[in-house]
Amino acid sequence: MKAPARAHPLWIAYIVHRLSGVALAAFLPLHFWVLAMAVSEPGRLDGFLAMTEATAVKFAEFGLVFLLAVHMFGGLRLLALEWLPWRPAQKSLAAGAAALSFLIAGAFFLQAV
Amino acid sequence: MPTGVLNVTIDRDGGAERFEVPAYDNQTVLDVVSWVQQHADPTLSYRFACRVGMCGSCAMMVNDVPRWTCRTHVSKVTDGADIHIGPLRNLPVIKDLAVDMDPFFDKWIAAEGVHHGALTRDDPIARVDAVSVGRVEANAGIECINCSVCYAACDTVTGNADYLGPAALQRAWTLLNDAKDEARQDILDAVSGSGGCHNCHSMGSCTAYCPNDLDPMSAIAGLKRETAKNFFRRGR
Ligand code: HEM
Ligand code: SF4
Ligand code: SF4
Ligand code: FES
Repeated sequence: MKAPARAHPLWIAYIVHRLSGVALAAFLPLHFWVLAMAVSEPGRLDGFLAMTEATAVKFAEFGLVFLLAVHMFGGLRLLALEWLPWRPAQKSLAAGAAALSFLIAGAFFLQAV
Repeated sequence: MPTGVLNVTIDRDGGAERFEVPAYDNQTVLDVVSWVQQHADPTLSYRFACRVGMCGSCAMMVNDVPRWTCRTHVSKVTDGADIHIGPLRNLPVIKDLAVDMDPFFDKWIAAEGVHHGALTRDDPIARVDAVSVGRVEANAGIECINCSVCYAACDTVTGNADYLGPAALQRAWTLLNDAKDEARQDILDAVSGSGGCHNCHSMGSCTAYCPNDLDPMSAIAGLKRETAKNFFRRGR
């Protein structure tokens, strides 16, 4: 039994949402571990924060912000699609608005680094 | 006059088999399957009845996409000459291309996809406002031909054997919006259980592949809203 062709936009949105959700969940323990250093070993936290100056780490951070952004907008898109009985034209408008806000957020982030 | 040769692979009980089928300008996938059965191997089993997209019995996987084969032209599924035909996904195979549709119809009933009337033949015919919000919503989903294409396309059905699936849930949604249906609470209970509408991830494969251009995904979103409203109303 073979899976059907899934190359349509909503399925791709679905798989991006799932993969980004799982990746975010995988990152959480690491995130808490670093935060915990603030109370347990402040010296180590400073060392760790110094590391964030490295380009590779900046790049990884971008990946993380990207994951959160696609997951958040994907999630908001789903919530709107399912909970607001909108007409299709309004949905494309909303998708456009989300894309725009993502662009702005992305540009903002690039300025910050 | 044939215009060439199609290389047809059919998934059968004994494994995939290859057939060379004469190609014509105007040819449906069902024509191809019928040619194989009539000219190459009479033991090939498959199902069809109306040949005009009414009965919903001819659906198969065609180049890995679920389709109604009687109204799918060969030119729609391939640019070249290769066609891969298999039994519909997500349903048990009886033989070759014929699948057992029982789970699909059982779930239709489990979703309360049956008419719940209160009137008898002696009552006057109830008037239905053709442009009311509920009627328009119901009309959008009633042309379903039970072909199970959406059911075969849905990955959530693949992952959860109890999931009622797009067609049954869409029927529940049409009945929920039907002024003549008297079992609102039964329907809401039936579609909010462990196999119910909240399993759906809105991936939209049902809507993308429904041959009648219906939109089960949006119907299911409607059920999600109504079951949630009902939940909070009851809680109070
Ligand atoms: C930023 C705000 C967020 C919003 C608006 C949001 C929204 C959603 C929604 C609506 C779903 C259901 C998707 C579906 O039915 O397929 C979902 C699933 C999920 N979320 Fe989020 N989420 C957010 C943040 C997060 C974070 C921070 C994590 C990581 C810990 C996360 C992990 C997941 C996972 C693993 C799933 C399951 C994916 C699936 O079922 O396909 N989410 N999210
Ligand atoms: S939208 Fe829901 S019912 Fe339709 S294919 Fe996706 S999971 Fe299945
Ligand atoms: S909703 Fe469409 S794809 Fe699904 S059974 Fe009905 S007609 Fe077929
Ligand atoms: S044979 Fe009836 S729908 Fe195809």
